[in-house]
Amino acid sequence: MIRNIRTAYLMLSPTVFWFLFFLIIPVSMIAVISFATNIGFGDILYDFNIEAYQSAFSSLYAKAILQSLWWSIIATVLCGIIAYPFAYFIANAGKWKNFLLLLVMVPFWTNLLIRLYSWIVLMNNQGVINNILLKTGIIDEPIKMLYTPFAVIVGLVYGFLPFMILPIYASIEQLNKTYLEAAEDLGANPIKTFFAVTLPLTFPGVLSGAIMTFVPAISVFVVTDLLTGGRLLMIGNVIRDAFLVEMNWPLGSAISLLLMILVLLSMITLMKFTSSDDESSLL
Amino acid sequence: MITSLVFAFLYIPILVLIVFSLNDSKIGTVWTGLTFDWYARLFSNSQIIDAALNSLFVAVITTIISTVLGTLAALALHRYGFPGKRTVGFVFYIPIVIPDIVLAVALLVLYSFLDIKFSLATVIPGHVVFGISFVILVLLARLAGLDKAMEESAEDLGANKWHTFWKVTFPLIYPGILAGALLAFTISLDEFVVAFFTTGPGSNTLPVLVYSMVRRGVSPEINALSTILILSVTLVIAIVGWRMNKKNKQEKGF
Repeated sequence: MIRNIRTAYLMLSPTVFWFLFFLIIPVSMIAVISFATNIGFGDILYDFNIEAYQSAFSSLYAKAILQSLWWSIIATVLCGIIAYPFAYFIANAGKWKNFLLLLVMVPFWTNLLIRLYSWIVLMNNQGVINNILLKTGIIDEPIKMLYTPFAVIVGLVYGFLPFMILPIYASIEQLNKTYLEAAEDLGANPIKTFFAVTLPLTFPGVLSGAIMTFVPAISVFVVTDLLTGGRLLMIGNVIRDAFLVEMNWPLGSAISLLLMILVLLSMITLMKFTSSDDESSLL
Repeated sequence: MITSLVFAFLYIPILVLIVFSLNDSKIGTVWTGLTFDWYARLFSNSQIIDAALNSLFVAVITTIISTVLGTLAALALHRYGFPGKRTVGFVFYIPIVIPDIVLAVALLVLYSFLDIKFSLATVIPGHVVFGISFVILVLLARLAGLDKAMEESAEDLGANKWHTFWKVTFPLIYPGILAGALLAFTISLDEFVVAFFTTGPGSNTLPVLVYSMVRRGVSPEINALSTILILSVTLVIAIVGWRMNKKNKQEKGF
């Protein structure tokens, strides 16, 4: 297969150097800084200690980390519950399939900030939802929705639902129909066929959807920022503030590293459930 | 039933923005009458025009670099077996799974260390990292479906490598290159987190500007801007979808 190894290295080298300079080295720097000491005013003393990690696990920051984890899991599960039947329907919509898929793509390609902003307009105390409920007399007082965990969950689900829909849709689409026919021939009713054949076979799609939803959900800071005015915190907010407000680089680096480990662990855990020959479903 | 509910959930917020962008009232949650004022204001707002141009500039440069580097890398990965290939292949997947905020703060640290002045240009390297990954991903998928016999027969008929590439390989993988380039372009145009951390003072990209506008509070101008962005996205997707549909029909016709 090797025709000319020098050509291969020559073609790869610009990309490899780019990744080295702008990905590997910067992330390694963060790893080093996370074990250094913060002197304040953005100054760092390079000795080896785990102070930054200790403060990351102190009550103040641990709460934000656990909260992020909790909210992201809830949002991911909700996305799964909403996306599966939806994707199933689209995949079986016959000639309308492509059109419905295009309809999913429009919100998918619309900037997240704009989609979150639309929920501010909807969930405001004087917003659209409260207005409608007040006018119809269902409530007498506006319901406070912004600034609550409810708003965060809505933002996460609305923000990342398409990431769940597309992989599940792809896996249902590629489902080998002969299995379904076989199940039917062997006398399984549709419900049994779904749980015994369809769901297990499309599970890799559900898992890759879960990864693609969970990773951005746990690292996002704009959802809490825009929908709770920064009153509720997630990991992303803590990292941003450590770097830009408190100027505590070791703490920010430590939490960034923890976030990366968390993401890797969740991916490895989810991969364990999928067979390796289904790598194509991870795209 | 559940499908219409999900579509309602997806589209009501978007429709609300479009409706209120045409609303006369300043407070924006009660309908008081039709107006195009907000659009007029938007187009006279130099901040927004500048930010849009900044975004375009970053996206174009990002697309060019990502496409050239990514195409070279994908061809090498597809064609040659060499020691360390798996590692290299794995590294190219990192940007797709790394939380964007980690890459963003890592670049912030790198630039601060090297004393590089933050400007619009400092946004580009991070965007190119994402871009290259997606170009490689799309192209490798395209190359996997490529018929090797084509290239081999060209060489058997006496074409040199250079000729074979430009006359046979390139025309075959061109759709993949184009798709990868488009992906890199749209990702860069839309990217917020890396841009937020690595752009210089006074050189906002459009998403960064939208963020600061939204943080200052609800204003009908943002509705108008959002509407324009949503409609352009819809238009592009409709055109792409329509062309793909046409192509599918043609292919079935043969």
